[in-house]
Amino acid sequence: MSLRFSDEKLKEVQRIIEHYPQGKQKSAVIPVLHLAQEEFGGWLSTEAMDYVASVLSLKPIEVYEVATFYSMFNLKPVGKYMFEVCQTGPCMLNGSDDIVKYIDEKLGIKPGETTADGMFTLKTVECLGACGYAPMMQQGKYYKEQLTKEKIDAIIAECRNAVAAKN
Amino acid sequence: MSLFSIFTFEFCLIKMGRKLLLEKAHIENIRFYDVYRREGGYRSVEKALKTMTPDAVTEEVKKSGLRGRGGAGFPTGMKWSFLAKPEGVPRYLVVNADESEPGTFKDRYLMEFIPHLLIEGMITSSYALGSNRSYIYIRGEYAWIVDILEQAIAEAKNNGWLGKNILGSGFDCEIYIQRGAGAYICGEETALLESLEGKRGNPRIKPPFPAVKGLWDCPTVVNNVETIAAVVPIVNEGGEEYAKIGIGKSTGTKLISACGNIKKQGVYEIDMTISVEEFIYSDEYCGGIANGRKLKACIPGGSSVPILPANLLLTTAKGEKRIMNYESLADGGFASGSMMGSGGFIVLDDSQCVVKHTYTLARFYRHESCGQCSPCREGTGWMEKILLNIEKGKGKMSDIDLLWDIQRKIEGNTICPLGDAAAWPVAAAIRHFRDEFEWHVTNPDDAQRRNFGLAHYADPIHAPVTS
Ligand code: FES
Repeated sequence: MSLRFSDEKLKEVQRIIEHYPQGKQKSAVIPVLHLAQEEFGGWLSTEAMDYVASVLSLKPIEVYEVATFYSMFNLKPVGKYMFEVCQTGPCMLNGSDDIVKYIDEKLGIKPGETTADGMFTLKTVECLGACGYAPMMQQGKYYKEQLTKEKIDAIIAECRNAVAAKN
Repeated sequence: MSLFSIFTFEFCLIKMGRKLLLEKAHIENIRFYDVYRREGGYRSVEKALKTMTPDAVTEEVKKSGLRGRGGAGFPTGMKWSFLAKPEGVPRYLVVNADESEPGTFKDRYLMEFIPHLLIEGMITSSYALGSNRSYIYIRGEYAWIVDILEQAIAEAKNNGWLGKNILGSGFDCEIYIQRGAGAYICGEETALLESLEGKRGNPRIKPPFPAVKGLWDCPTVVNNVETIAAVVPIVNEGGEEYAKIGIGKSTGTKLISACGNIKKQGVYEIDMTISVEEFIYSDEYCGGIANGRKLKACIPGGSSVPILPANLLLTTAKGEKRIMNYESLADGGFASGSMMGSGGFIVLDDSQCVVKHTYTLARFYRHESCGQCSPCREGTGWMEKILLNIEKGKGKMSDIDLLWDIQRKIEGNTICPLGDAAAWPVAAAIRHFRDEFEWHVTNPDDAQRRNFGLAHYADPIHAPVTS
């Protein structure tokens, strides 16, 4: 198996397991899947899920059935940056449709698609608990709220700059 | 409202605007321990652990009349008193921070701005319940709030409020955070427990209730963030004092997250004595409808509760002013009332389309159905498809009756309340806005170009409305 957590991450797994009483490390599966997704390229391959199973001494199926249930786990590769735009009622009332359309215009991707260069994925999601700051999207760990076209432009530029700076 | 409650209402106006949870949320750096403590934080832990028995704390919560703030409104003290206490078996307090009901973002506000209030409430509540290991189950998307809470927990621990033998009382307590991963259903308490056990979030059949068989089969209390935060003022001031705020069975204060087409969206703490009208139009709260438009409709308690047209929102079918509390919002039952629910207050102006809004909610419930029960798994998808057809001008008159029929067959026929939650918004939309649905069918082209508008939805109500 080529996928492996660093020693530091393995320590983190150990700390997570300590949150639960002895023998209940199955409870760690969601936190450890989050960790795996972050570490292994933003999505969970079968190999990644099998690895999580081995780390927690679970059967692979116990990991698959969890990974497939929760919407934050990506079971297919995604772009380096994911724009997850909320489209539920309150966001729709404040123009979330226009935001989705604008991102499509700018990047040429529809919901569920990734740009050819693998930079951006657009996804529509349901209520993220930011209804009073609509329209909004999640990007990585953080929320981008009260979105406007200008803000979208700025976010896209920021992502591109971050990548350019690394290269 | 009875004469008596009108009197109480007038009386309570004097104390209007009372804040118990967010009073200090604006103080700079209240997020951090030193400031929180300087402002009187952790007094409830001192009081409870040094001067009260666990049962005495529960007794105060009972006296306070506090009702679960997550949506169901069940009396918290009663829920606590159901907790089984077999010898030698651990008990757990689990805080439900899975906030996912569309329109609701109050718990997030509380955790972001005044996280120690939740931690303090949890320690005091854990003492009352005998939970030595308590959890916060937080929705996975609130990832940055996890950091805020982790820091608050570490600070509390460094200052001796968590760990072994807290304040020399002999009581041990640790608090852990568990992140979900995107599933509305995990806000349902038994689904939450399944998820916390590392499984899919499929709700359990009740009984047994979590109070007897909860987390890892041990007695468990699951309470909403706001509920647990409210334990702090209850213990500090006493249950009776807390119960003096509000009207009847709507005691204390309630956080309302207001959104949609209003001027000032945000989280407000109200004491359940103000009218809906004042809440929407006064500058202290929502500041009126945005962009000079008119109020058309509102879902007052999160997406699951019935939508009401402007006229039935502001006054009950009996012509009385509707008040922002459990009883008044529910006045008239489902025929002409709604519910307090989670306090997610969604306002629609006269440019909005009720059919489209209802469609987005149906899509939400289809997306979030766990799939265990066929009526919900299949029915939510059918409703979504039919609503989209009507919205796109491809619907038939019979579709409206079909929608009604489907929602009737979901309601009450599922393991958990998600089925009802999916059925009610559709039912209420048809009940009160049937004209708008029919207009989409009879004017399919028009419906693609413009919306139905305000129509008669704000007309004064003269005669009692029947369903
Ligand atoms: S509806 Fe978009 S965050 Fe709630």
